[in-house]
Amino acid sequence: MSLPRERRPISDEKAAERRLALWLCAPAALVMLVVTAWPILYAVLLSLQRYDLRFPDERGWVGLANYGAVLTDRFWWNAFFVTVFITAVSVAIELVLGMLLALAMYRTLIARGAIRTLVLIPYGIVTVVAAYGWKYAWTPGTGWLAGLLPEGAAPLTERPSALAIIILAEVWKTTPFMALLLMAGLALVPEDLLKAASLDGASPWQRFFHVTLPLMKPAILVALLFRTLDAFRIFDNIYILTGGATGTGSVSVIAYRNLIGGLNLGIGSTMSVLIFLTVAIISFLFIKAFGISSPGTQEAKR
Amino acid sequence: MRGGRGVLTRWLIVDLLVAAYALIPVLWIVSLSLKTPDTFTDGSFIPRRWTLENYRGVFDNPDFVRGLINSIGIGLIATLIALVLGTMAAYAIARLDFPGKNLLVGASLLVAMFPQISLVSPLFQIERTLGLFDTWPGLIIPYITFALPLTIFTLSSFLREIPWELEQAAKMDGATPFQAFWQVIAPLAAPGMVTAAILTFIFCWNDFLFAISLTSSDRARTAPATISFFTGSSQFEDPTGSIAAAAVIITVPIIVFVLLFQRRIVSGLTSGAVKG
Repeated sequence: MSLPRERRPISDEKAAERRLALWLCAPAALVMLVVTAWPILYAVLLSLQRYDLRFPDERGWVGLANYGAVLTDRFWWNAFFVTVFITAVSVAIELVLGMLLALAMYRTLIARGAIRTLVLIPYGIVTVVAAYGWKYAWTPGTGWLAGLLPEGAAPLTERPSALAIIILAEVWKTTPFMALLLMAGLALVPEDLLKAASLDGASPWQRFFHVTLPLMKPAILVALLFRTLDAFRIFDNIYILTGGATGTGSVSVIAYRNLIGGLNLGIGSTMSVLIFLTVAIISFLFIKAFGISSPGTQEAKR
Repeated sequence: MRGGRGVLTRWLIVDLLVAAYALIPVLWIVSLSLKTPDTFTDGSFIPRRWTLENYRGVFDNPDFVRGLINSIGIGLIATLIALVLGTMAAYAIARLDFPGKNLLVGASLLVAMFPQISLVSPLFQIERTLGLFDTWPGLIIPYITFALPLTIFTLSSFLREIPWELEQAAKMDGATPFQAFWQVIAPLAAPGMVTAAILTFIFCWNDFLFAISLTSSDRARTAPATISFFTGSSQFEDPTGSIAAAAVIITVPIIVFVLLFQRRIVSGLTSGAVKG
């Protein structure tokens, strides 16, 4: 980016500051650009080709044929709806559970530091590790939870129960993150306001729903956006828990299977592009509907 | 406090519920890793017979040890580079006035939300062409990319809070610009850098998708991916014990970080996300 060299009222100091800033930001910006923008453009190119690594000789341009193939494939749509279902249900549960957890962490009178530390464990633990924990817990014979089910039940091999376990694993692992974001929102609610409401005779419920919640709205929306987009890329839990069997694969899982299992770069890239577009649409809707702004711009408005 | 003992009891119950939520699934894996092979299938939460055999077995497994070395090496290098690049950018965002600042913040936010699977197919092909597939740099590069937004957000909000007048004051007292930075500002910035480093390392340590897609051997495969390939030392052996023991081993560093740096992790995770 070259700066205009006209006789603008930019002092030398100002120009030097800009130059320094650009040099400081360039490496980070360049890395992010090269490792995300370039591959996604390359994915678009690959998605327009017939390109199966098992049959490299048959490589050729096929226009939008791959998109046609994926968008009329019932496995793709199944994975798509499974992903939407898991995202919607787990984010909804996380919001309620996360709020309870945030209130507990924020308000507890006993061992506040210890509780906040413990809550970080599910957040920090490797997803694959947690997923194995849940897998063995629900494996008949091995698991302590499977023992609670009727004899002969195999929860991980039946679709409804497998989806429920995937959601359980996802919720357990990510609710703490939601709770931390919400706790930061709770800290923005002035105590005086709550006291005043209390003096006016508002019950704890009324205080929560009419004072705390409205003031927390920005924090809630940011937490929802972060978690929705994160949940949409769910992969690790499903890979370990069911491997995507019995129709429990998410879009990430089937895209991975097409690439690594099937070595089909064309179809795999088509799915990559479609997932990218879906995520872009979700963020766009969030931002349009709720006016969420990025941290930097919020800072500026303050 | 109104209510006195009753209120405290209620909070104690709440605390216990939260502790149970966080700990029971972890304790279950620990318990599993301590069971003897003949008691794996007893379904008991607490081991009936205890053994450390699973741990010995897992450390005798060259694939796992190699995976652990890969995880540590790749995690540390990616963290270091992301920290250097992120600090530079965060300093500019927090301290300097320049056009395109909002663009950079927005772009970082986009990267943070980017669906990683969308990069797997093209990166798989690009890295194969460039000879980066199944190498340390092949994983380090995407890790840096996805860690950068984290470091930029954490550090820029941290650097904003630093009293920069101190730097000026030190210069007035005769310190060189380098001394002013190194002896006054650097110590103040250190906690923020530690926070960013921990969050970045946890992210790299946790990754599974890139680790299984961009590797094909134990050259660069990290520990979580290695574990998912465990099959037991013979085809008749059940890998449950080894998987549980390996799982516990890779959880230990995270628990240590969390115990030592709880406050900083909390502030780092929430910085940037909620500002108002």
